[in-house]
Amino acid sequence: MLKIDGITKTFGKGTINEKIAINDLSLDMDRGEFITIIGNNGAGKSTLMNCISGVFPVDSGTILLDGEDLTRQPEYKRARHIGRVFQDPLKGTAFDMTIEENLSIAICKNRFHGLQPGISRKDREYFRERLALLEMGLENRMNQKAKLLSGGQRQALTLFMSIISEPKLLLLDEHTAALDPAAARKVLELTNLFTREKNLTTLMITHNMKAALENGTRTILMRDGQILMDVRGEERKNMTVETLIAKFEIDNDRMLLD
Amino acid sequence: MITFAAFIGSVELGMVYAILALGVFLSFRTLNTPDLTVDGSIVTGAAASAMICSLGGNPVLALAVSFVFGAMAGIITALLNTKLKIQPLLAGILVMLGAYSINLRIMGNKSNIALTKSDTIYKMTKEIFPGTYTSLVLGILIVAAVITLLFFFLKTRLGFALRATGDNEDMVRASGISSDQMKVFGLSLSNGLVGLAGGLLAQYQSYADIGMGVGMVVIGLASVIVGEAIFGTRSLIRRLIAVALGAILYRLAIAVALAAGMPANDLKLVSALIVTVALALGVMGENFSFTGKNSKNGKTGKPGKIRSRIQQKVGE
Ligand SMILES: Nc1ncnc2c1ncn2[C@@H]1O[C@H](COP(=O)(O)OP(=O)(O)OP(=O)(O)O)[C@@H](O)[C@H]1O
Ligand SMILES: [Mg+2]
Repeated sequence: MLKIDGITKTFGKGTINEKIAINDLSLDMDRGEFITIIGNNGAGKSTLMNCISGVFPVDSGTILLDGEDLTRQPEYKRARHIGRVFQDPLKGTAFDMTIEENLSIAICKNRFHGLQPGISRKDREYFRERLALLEMGLENRMNQKAKLLSGGQRQALTLFMSIISEPKLLLLDEHTAALDPAAARKVLELTNLFTREKNLTTLMITHNMKAALENGTRTILMRDGQILMDVRGEERKNMTVETLIAKFEIDNDRMLLD
Repeated sequence: MITFAAFIGSVELGMVYAILALGVFLSFRTLNTPDLTVDGSIVTGAAASAMICSLGGNPVLALAVSFVFGAMAGIITALLNTKLKIQPLLAGILVMLGAYSINLRIMGNKSNIALTKSDTIYKMTKEIFPGTYTSLVLGILIVAAVITLLFFFLKTRLGFALRATGDNEDMVRASGISSDQMKVFGLSLSNGLVGLAGGLLAQYQSYADIGMGVGMVVIGLASVIVGEAIFGTRSLIRRLIAVALGAILYRLAIAVALAAGMPANDLKLVSALIVTVALALGVMGENFSFTGKNSKNGKTGKPGKIRSRIQQKVGE
């Protein structure tokens, strides 16, 4: 489904701040696979996602999604096949537009943006029905602006928006990190619900090793812009946070604390 | 304070300025950028309209050309911004400067054109419907049409995409929409309206002047801010009407001030003061309502985007 072949990304090339954030990285993903990504700060996890989604171009290598070469496509074109949720809950919604207007922008991802009514009655009914799944009462607040929502509600909404157009690939960059524990649990629960229901191919960055091993079907550990470990199946099932730490000498306080 | 005739005249002129204000509303509120192209594009519209009328062309056609020429100025500003990564304010200034030469060329290298002997849309309507209120009614109809079109447009898919671009570009790109294209489109529509206002202004005063654009963006901003503050922003339609009323109010205030003996030379200074005060009050008003029920940004207000507090956007 996703085929990343030898990509490299260097920031500040030729300056004293030169930093190889992604170093000749390759990754193959099957349809429906759910990879959790861990790694210490600066390992290149977010950069990997930004390379896939086209926030910036890669220096070399290729990225194929479902056979389509994304490597040179602009961000907005790739977005038609990719759903994204960022760490910052403010990044995912247009704050001064209503919940239903936000949803409508999300569902129209692969539709033509012309002079059709912004929201059709059919879409509105669909939103109401599906929003109820979030169990946050948002289905009764569809005419309220997104800026009135709490961080957890917003992130749940963003997650919902990211999957509503059934993307080929879902990218989640620490999407629960800015939330309180209860909201984080809820959003993670919804993540599992949605990805299973639509059998979405998913990449999820988390700094919580336990969550990384408990969710998804495969886990990779990144360090210095490369993949240090890649486990799935039996091997992954038998892996514990303790063995992981021992094996890879993980010294990241942030990861240990959780 | 002012005579009845002066009152009617101010409202008539206010209708023209209302279209300018609606154009400025699109860039300032919807796209979240103050666009200085306006000082140039309004003259472009006026020059094109005056030239066509003075050559005996159809005044309505002249207005269409004003719109298109204004829109082209907006497109250039947006391209400077999106393709060459020039800051929006600077891009606007550059186009404003460059437009001066273009405008002179449009006007046949004369610094003004009088339309005293030419047909205009106002004179044409007066011939068909003679009366005191003809120009006023014509102005109201044009403004009502522009507001209606804008309202429905901002409720379409394309309109949604445009509004979201001013809110959150990351989200727009993540939704498969080119934020650059939206900026080009939005600034062209905005300056198209400004050009139309210029074209109407030239026909209304039967006169176009190369220097008539100075300070127009400030007048537009004043109309938007004052109109919203006085007439409310509760719904999109109300907000559009408020902006138009703001422009009319501005013209009335000027008429009263002039009648009270303010020297005409002080007009620009007063305009600048009005906008300064309005912006300052806007900031204070926002802080005031921060905890209130009508809080505009809520407690989840965008960090580092304090600017947006004074620049609330369109929407329900
Ligand atoms: N836009 C940028 N410009 C310059 N350097 C960058 C940029 N983005 C990331 N980097 C650098 O690239 C490296 C990898 O950063 P990245 O954000 O991918 O790490 P990460 O694994 O997501 O870390 P974290 O767990 O802290 O989110 C870091 O050294 C970072 O400083
Ligand atoms: Mg990161």
